[in-house]
Amino acid sequence: MLSQLPQNLVFGLLVGGLYGLAAVGLSLVFGVTKILNVSHGELLMLGGYASFWLFTLFGVDPFLGLPLAILLLVLLGLVLYKVVFGRMTKLGEESKIKNTMLVGFGVGIVFQNVAQRLWTADSRGITTTYSSSVFTVFGVRFPIVRVGSFLIALFVLVALHLFLKRTYLGKAIRATVEDWEAAAVLGISTDRVYLISFLMGAGLAGLAGALVSVGWSIEPTMGLEWTLTSLIVMVLGGLGSFVGTFVAGVLLGVTQSLTSFWMGGAYREMVALLLFLLVLVARPQGLFGTKEG
Amino acid sequence: MTRKHALAAGLVVVLIAVLVALPLFVKKESTINLAILVGLYVSLASSWNILGGYTGQTSLGHAAFFGLGTLVTRLLWLSAGLPLPLSILAGGIAAVVLSLIIGAPAFKLRGAYFAIGTLALGQVLYVIVGDRWPTITSLPAEQLATYSILSRYYLFLAFTVLTIGTAYLLVNSRLGLGMMAVREEEDAAESLGVSALRHKLLALGVSSFLAGLIGGAFAFYHVGYYPQLPFGPIYSFDAVTIAFIGGTGTIIGPIVGGIFFVLLRELLALKLVEIHLTVFGILFVLVVLFLPGGLVEAWSRTRDAFARRLRKQETRSLPQEAG
Repeated sequence: MLSQLPQNLVFGLLVGGLYGLAAVGLSLVFGVTKILNVSHGELLMLGGYASFWLFTLFGVDPFLGLPLAILLLVLLGLVLYKVVFGRMTKLGEESKIKNTMLVGFGVGIVFQNVAQRLWTADSRGITTTYSSSVFTVFGVRFPIVRVGSFLIALFVLVALHLFLKRTYLGKAIRATVEDWEAAAVLGISTDRVYLISFLMGAGLAGLAGALVSVGWSIEPTMGLEWTLTSLIVMVLGGLGSFVGTFVAGVLLGVTQSLTSFWMGGAYREMVALLLFLLVLVARPQGLFGTKEG
Repeated sequence: MTRKHALAAGLVVVLIAVLVALPLFVKKESTINLAILVGLYVSLASSWNILGGYTGQTSLGHAAFFGLGTLVTRLLWLSAGLPLPLSILAGGIAAVVLSLIIGAPAFKLRGAYFAIGTLALGQVLYVIVGDRWPTITSLPAEQLATYSILSRYYLFLAFTVLTIGTAYLLVNSRLGLGMMAVREEEDAAESLGVSALRHKLLALGVSSFLAGLIGGAFAFYHVGYYPQLPFGPIYSFDAVTIAFIGGTGTIIGPIVGGIFFVLLRELLALKLVEIHLTVFGILFVLVVLFLPGGLVEAWSRTRDAFARRLRKQETRSLPQEAG
């Protein structure tokens, strides 16, 4: 029994990387635009289906097809922003958070039901020729697709970090987060920054979903759980710290897998909620956030 | 008490009398069932409205409190053999206790923390209840033998009247004014001595208690279902949607919304299987974006526009008559 412990830790770590990736997308959009997109999990679900159908219908390798899945979700994000979320960017902060959250809730329900109509409620996953490949270190199994997913998540986050720190556009995004009025005065088009951030969030959700469909499984109702996980990881990590968000994701993944190891799978969710409440009481700025964040 | 008030009060009394007498005229069981569903959704949305509409605290996990009411009622009433009224009351109290566990920490901070917390709470209970009680809960044979749809109808009617009545009395009281002040501008309310936290917790407590009671009625009504079902996110979504489509922060809104919801769902279910969720999702998004006051606002807008046009015509026609 106890020999299974390291194995559970590793599985928790690997899925935690995806929690981090999903939460970073949500956190980026929320931090920049104050749009609280609670249909983020549904976008992730659709990214998973994009990858699944690309593989099933056209034989596109799920890892090589990642850019395509991301692109599809960015396009969907564009439609979603133009038709729905973009209309609310001019609202005051509090009502913007509230209205986008409500709208996101509705959008999520629509996506979930459309997915269920189109593709049935079945749980699906991608099985490639290398899906069952595993390498073993000290008796602990590392499935290569999950390790690959974790590394890709890590790589994308580093790239995102560098993009925000080094490039002109990245700096414009950070300036908008600091003070959108001052940024606008300095000639930054905040409308464009909002749009780009939202699209990046959708793309990150698509990527995370595509990775989930390879190493784990997808189904139309998975969205809500992923939205919640992302929200909670975002709060745990604290706003404005992507590294913190990623670490919080990994921490949550590990904690959840330990909980299901000791108490059973149904209690994984409860741990997330308890952590969320604990952080609210003890450290409202998040585990890694700054005081103002 | 103006004449208008007296008229409204009289209308309410007549309406309740008609609903009480309804089973005398309507014998078809399917119609009574439809009326029960209207009662369920109207009261569920009205109970959400106290917190979400009047106090401005958006709960995305109302199903948690509703579900807990169903679960506690079934456990105490069927498994422990307690009398039904006591079981339902216990369900309501359990819902209050649960709501405060989330509310007390989440309300200390602003923004979306409460919404995230309630969303998580709903999902957590949904998963745990599904794991802990995986089999269908059914009414035992001796209950089924004496099952009467009318007792269910009257219980739902009573709870609907109770919920709407509580909401009405509350929002027309000093506490209700405080709740609305917190919704409009928290800082201003605080500076005038209105404790935002206390008013939010009060609204949450009342809203959850009512949701728990309605859950009890659901547990009494339904013959067999998975205990997980009433905890499902769809019940949270329905409560929010109905309140918004009707008009949040009004007494009449959830009533109009609930009737509209049940009738449209029946209509859609006849033609297209289970597409109603997609339709309601889109409708809900449209209302939030373009008609924040819901059907109630749409009605008052058209009425105002109509009245304005009527007045314009009068003023235009007057000089002609004089000339």
